[in-house]
Amino acid sequence: MLGTGAFFFDRIDSLTAETANPKPRPERSRWLTPLLMAPSALWFLFLLVLPLCVVVVYSFGERAQTGGYQAAFTFANYLNLPARLTAFKNTLTLAPAGTLICLLAGYPLAYFLAVKVKPKNRLLLMILVIVPFWTSFLIRTYAWMFILGGRGLPALLEFFGLPHIQMINTQAAVLVGIIYGYLPLMVFPIYVSLEKLDKRLLEASDDLGATPFGTFRQVTLPLSAPGVITGCMLVFILLMGEYLIPQMLGGGKVFFIGNALVDLFLQSLNWPFGSACAMGLVIIMVVTVSVYLKATRGSGQRDVSLM
Amino acid sequence: MDPRKEFLRQLRRYQKGSISRRHFLGVTGLGTAVAVMAQAVPGLRPRPAFAGDLGDKVALTSWPNYHDQKDLDAFGDKTGCKVELTVFGSNEEMYAKLKAGGTGWDAFVPTNYTIENYVKDGIIDPLDLAQIPNYDPSQYTDLRFTKPGTIDGKVYAVHKDWGTTGYCVNTKTVTEKMSTWKEFWDLLRTKYSGKATVHDYQLTTIGNALKYYGYSFNSNDEKELGEAEKLLLDAKPHLFGITSDYQPAMRNGDAVLAVAWTGDAKQLHKDLPEIIYVIGKEGGEIWSDFYAIPKEAPNKKAAYALINFLLEPDINKNEVLFHGYPVADKRVLALLPPDMLKDEIMFPAAEALTPLEFGAAATLTNPARAEIMARFKSA
Repeated sequence: MLGTGAFFFDRIDSLTAETANPKPRPERSRWLTPLLMAPSALWFLFLLVLPLCVVVVYSFGERAQTGGYQAAFTFANYLNLPARLTAFKNTLTLAPAGTLICLLAGYPLAYFLAVKVKPKNRLLLMILVIVPFWTSFLIRTYAWMFILGGRGLPALLEFFGLPHIQMINTQAAVLVGIIYGYLPLMVFPIYVSLEKLDKRLLEASDDLGATPFGTFRQVTLPLSAPGVITGCMLVFILLMGEYLIPQMLGGGKVFFIGNALVDLFLQSLNWPFGSACAMGLVIIMVVTVSVYLKATRGSGQRDVSLM
Repeated sequence: MDPRKEFLRQLRRYQKGSISRRHFLGVTGLGTAVAVMAQAVPGLRPRPAFAGDLGDKVALTSWPNYHDQKDLDAFGDKTGCKVELTVFGSNEEMYAKLKAGGTGWDAFVPTNYTIENYVKDGIIDPLDLAQIPNYDPSQYTDLRFTKPGTIDGKVYAVHKDWGTTGYCVNTKTVTEKMSTWKEFWDLLRTKYSGKATVHDYQLTTIGNALKYYGYSFNSNDEKELGEAEKLLLDAKPHLFGITSDYQPAMRNGDAVLAVAWTGDAKQLHKDLPEIIYVIGKEGGEIWSDFYAIPKEAPNKKAAYALINFLLEPDINKNEVLFHGYPVADKRVLALLPPDMLKDEIMFPAAEALTPLEFGAAATLTNPARAEIMARFKSA
């Protein structure tokens, strides 16, 4: 037992030593780094920063007579944001709910894949998680329309004598679609962080007298926190902009901000108001994500140091 | 039903084009994907070894399942000018693209209510009709179809085909004999609650709600729109869905009433004869598609030649047999199988068409209507 403990501290020491004194790196041309960074920098500049600037400018403009954008400076579009309150509300309730359910369902799956499964079966199971990605997301969502539609699951339940329930075109159907579509995005980051987890730490914790739950809470969970945070961010950010699932499984009755944006840009051609809505979404996202990151980073560090 | 079979059936339907074309592609963004495919696949075929004086390619932008590839190939074989077809999901997308400029399109297929805006924005020029000898207005059964292409006495676009917006009824469930919009909105809020769909499209959904009160489909009057909104909000909890992709729900039996376009109604009726199509007695929408040439088209000469070729009665007949939308050209109608002409969905009786209205540009882009639709969808 003492031996394991000693190893444990050795390991922590070696970890800190590694981060404190990085190995000297060979000299590189001073142009290499900028050169390697150039493609992604250009990508960000032209496909993120500049479009965002355009959206900001548009959001203060006016809608042209035939639709589109007309230069102006007005806050009217922002003051009009409450007109899409329901869309914001739906997005802000279903996106976190979807993220949470994905986490609750995805964590055990990732844990199972990373810790419990025999290595020789792991690849097969991993492939099974990825397989749905080989088919277009659109077609898979379409399949759900038929599973949840009148002749799908409800008909099956009726066959067993249950009363008819409408499944499709409800918030629940949208939630099912969300979990189905986004689960793999949650599983993989958690899997990666759990796979890197040194299984000997779990034994050590057990040897030191921790209960399985204690081990999970004090060792596994903090060490997989980066995966959990990444997974949650990935799912949450993508869900905030979700359009397809509410459109197809909500039957147009579950209105997300993404749906509001599509209508504003493509149907009523009210680009300035659409831009203001998009900015509203960006601001909400920046605030929630930074609050979330701040909160989780703090708790993660404390737990690790406790260990 | 076996979900796998159902899935394959869906896929096949998609290949056949039974799934509502514009709106399915519009909402999913698949249009662009199909466009890429459509460009890639003809590219695999060997190019003609010669290029005539029309150049070696002409870019046509249109709708999915709207042209028989054989006809486009025939043009290529005849002239040495290969047709590159791109398809779009909605008029609004097409408009946004042309407005941004630099499309490289030679010819495209706009719908009636967009033409006015194209002219206003200086995106299209009047056509040189001498280069389209096959366009003969005297041959059209109803001049209303060609009219939206003419602005201030100048012809900017020539008629391609047309259709209507009515509603589908599954007569197995719905025993009432329906003929009006009033019945449609009343029955969906009572006996068939939870079993009806309306379009996810402001123009037709608000337009048909206005028809309940007998107002114009194109009304932009504040008071009338207010009444339409009240009806929509009242109907909302009774709707199965707000979707322009209503074929799955109708086929499944989830919906028994659905606002529908000619083409979808035709496809549904073909597969399930109990589904019939009703054009509301009060009126509703009639639409018409056109060929036009953008001002900045790189190969106008080939664009004219292509439009003229596609309007040739014999070729146009092939096109109709392929896409299944009605045309108004008597020379083409004479060549169509008599059964098709008797089809009530494709060719409704003249008196059913009389009260119908063409959607107006101002109706489509009215911000007040957009807000009503947003409130309706988020209610």
